[in-house]
Amino acid sequence: MPDSSAVAVGQSHGETHNPALLHHFATEQQQRDSASLGMWIFLGTEVMFFGGLFCAYLIYRLKYFGEFAAASQTLSWQLGMTNTIVLICSSLTVVLAIWAVQRGKRALLLSSLILTLIFGFAFLGIKSIEYAEKFEKHHVPGPSFQFANVPLPGHPGEMANPAHAQLYFSLYFIMTGLHALHMIIGIGIFAWLLYASWHGRFTTEYNTPLEIGGLYWHFVDIIWIYLFPLLYLIDLRK
Amino acid sequence: MATATAQPAGQTIERENYLNKHYGVGSWLLTTDHKRIALLYLISLTFFFFIGGFFALLIRLELLTPAGDLVQADTYNKLFTQHGMVMIFFFLIPSIPATLGNFLVPMMIGAKDLAFPRINLLSWYLYIIGGVLMLHCMLTGGVDTGWTFYVPFSTAYTNTKIIEAGLAAFVAGFSSILTGLNFIVTIHRMRAPGMTWSRLPLFIWAHYATSIIQILGTPVIAITIVLVAVERFLHLGIFDPKLGGDPLLFQHLFWFYSHPAVYIMILPSMGVVTEIIACFSRKRIFGYHFVAMSSIAIAVLGFLVWAHHMFVAGISLYAGLIFSFLTYFVAVPSAIKVFNWTATLYKGSITYEAPMLYAFGFIGLFTIGGLTGLFLACLGINVHVTDTYFVVAHFHYIMVGGALMGYLGGMHFWWPKISGKLYPEGWARLAALIVFIGFNLTFFPQFILGYVGMPRRYYAYPAEFQILNVLSTAGSTVLGIGYLLPMIYFLWSMRYGKPAPDNPWNAAGLEWKTASPPPTFNFDEEPVVTWEAYNYEQLDEHEQEVPVAG
Repeated sequence: MPDSSAVAVGQSHGETHNPALLHHFATEQQQRDSASLGMWIFLGTEVMFFGGLFCAYLIYRLKYFGEFAAASQTLSWQLGMTNTIVLICSSLTVVLAIWAVQRGKRALLLSSLILTLIFGFAFLGIKSIEYAEKFEKHHVPGPSFQFANVPLPGHPGEMANPAHAQLYFSLYFIMTGLHALHMIIGIGIFAWLLYASWHGRFTTEYNTPLEIGGLYWHFVDIIWIYLFPLLYLIDLRK
Repeated sequence: MATATAQPAGQTIERENYLNKHYGVGSWLLTTDHKRIALLYLISLTFFFFIGGFFALLIRLELLTPAGDLVQADTYNKLFTQHGMVMIFFFLIPSIPATLGNFLVPMMIGAKDLAFPRINLLSWYLYIIGGVLMLHCMLTGGVDTGWTFYVPFSTAYTNTKIIEAGLAAFVAGFSSILTGLNFIVTIHRMRAPGMTWSRLPLFIWAHYATSIIQILGTPVIAITIVLVAVERFLHLGIFDPKLGGDPLLFQHLFWFYSHPAVYIMILPSMGVVTEIIACFSRKRIFGYHFVAMSSIAIAVLGFLVWAHHMFVAGISLYAGLIFSFLTYFVAVPSAIKVFNWTATLYKGSITYEAPMLYAFGFIGLFTIGGLTGLFLACLGINVHVTDTYFVVAHFHYIMVGGALMGYLGGMHFWWPKISGKLYPEGWARLAALIVFIGFNLTFFPQFILGYVGMPRRYYAYPAEFQILNVLSTAGSTVLGIGYLLPMIYFLWSMRYGKPAPDNPWNAAGLEWKTASPPPTFNFDEEPVVTWEAYNYEQLDEHEQEVPVAG
């Protein structure tokens, strides 16, 4: 650190300094702060991106609460709960990986990253089981959608309006689909982080990619923490 | 001019700079230098500006006569849609941030580059991908919904290329987000020693505020486009009242971005004008902190006024009242700026170089555009003039009279720095005058047209509106010449212009303390800032000692 800042204040760019320090930064501290602020701001844009969907969800849930409850009951909250636990465990392994790299514990770093990937795949696997079930029951919105003769919770003798239930399933697939897309991207990022860690690219001083990759992973995790109760736990009374 | 680079006495040898350091197509297409990326943007933006302008000219030609005779009604719908889409998504939103902002933000704060140079290049490529999609869409059928994509017309009825046009806007939107992200991180983390927040040029404050809108607003339009595309593809009913959906939800989501988008266009322009006014009246800007904070206030309040686009769409009266009030409220920070510019001019040593003429044009036209915005914020008047040419004239006064005037003023002001050449001042003043006259001739009649009841987006109109429409079309050709002129003499000056000194205007600001054109890493030595922004009184004391070529 001291030598690199001395170089950066001067005008030459060819002198020896940490190869991970890009030319336009004066110090490693500055580079790390920039990367992490950049990721936080990006996550801010992600909040707004999902925010539009949450807004649509809120409006239609208030408008068609009965259908939303009825449609929500077709999901398996047990599978959703399992996935929630899987993701929380994956966030723990991400934190462990960062803790390990900061202390130079290579074995723990690699095993934590591998576990993170396994949890990520497990989440997507369970999610695909749930999606497959929706296909079989014709709950996927579109021409073959069916939701006839489902009683409306709280209104004895009334049936749910299939069009309104379709709104629920549309939002369900768009929200969980976009979340799954973020998971897939996250797995890609962590596969690269594993590859780079394997080759010893990260040290106790330089581990910014792990840190900001971790931020992204936690964010995707938090989105699910909101999606789970909103989509699965609307009204569990049968 | 106390500290930084001393200028060599003779200018006979061309110094190494960002333009001549590397040659070849690859050195441009793979560059991560913010200054080169700014020029890439400049070229591509100019291309799209003339495409959008071509559509505008066809619209005006159609409206020369009351009958719909030049193009068919369907074609006319596509013309105004594509004029709007190209101008908004591919010219106005990136205009100043991507060119002048890209070039100047690092230089003004004393940094070597933006915080993420590769992301900066990526954002240009995203812009190009979006642009190519848009061009392909227009060449293979186009889109006819108006740039607003209102549902259910866009999702259920029209047979034009909604999804492709939406995708183009979606991709261009990510380009905009990444630019904003880069600016915010750069302004936070890359300032030179001594460059405190209250020493930042107001151009930087304006870009900071713009970036906030870009990163918080644009994702909302992105998800809205996704919903429209899914709805159109699968017809799920998200926005279809027959299936329980709510078309108003679309309008809320759309305007949540698209109203603040207007501030993405105008705020950077305000930043440019602030720099120009201070320089050509040789004074510190009046009320620095108020001007800086009014930019932030516009960014924040701009997010709270969107539903004034929906007063007649069926929102509740109470919502209407609140949004009407908030819309009046957003005029306060805008007015603070106008009054502070005026106060800066007071007792200044004003000179009338071309950039200053554009700045004066900006103040006048923006004031008219802003005040007519207050008419529209009033619920009663809004009902009368909704969807008339009054609205068209109002937002063109903001976007063309405001944003574009600032863009041109800034291009003239910093052209010596960007190209290292001086533009011909006489021609530039003439062009500024032509633009001002042409603009008013084009758009002032539209206020009257709208007030007497001519609706927008129709290709034919009753004969009594013809005189005002002829005036408007005549003005648009004058305006077209006014826009062609700068392009011609800028290109001319690159080859034949006189070499520019480092600081031709004797202006304050770090960007003027390095060479013209600047070296690749902007400064030969890392600058250390010991002075306040706009220290013109101090600069002019030195002027007697250091003769300035110009």
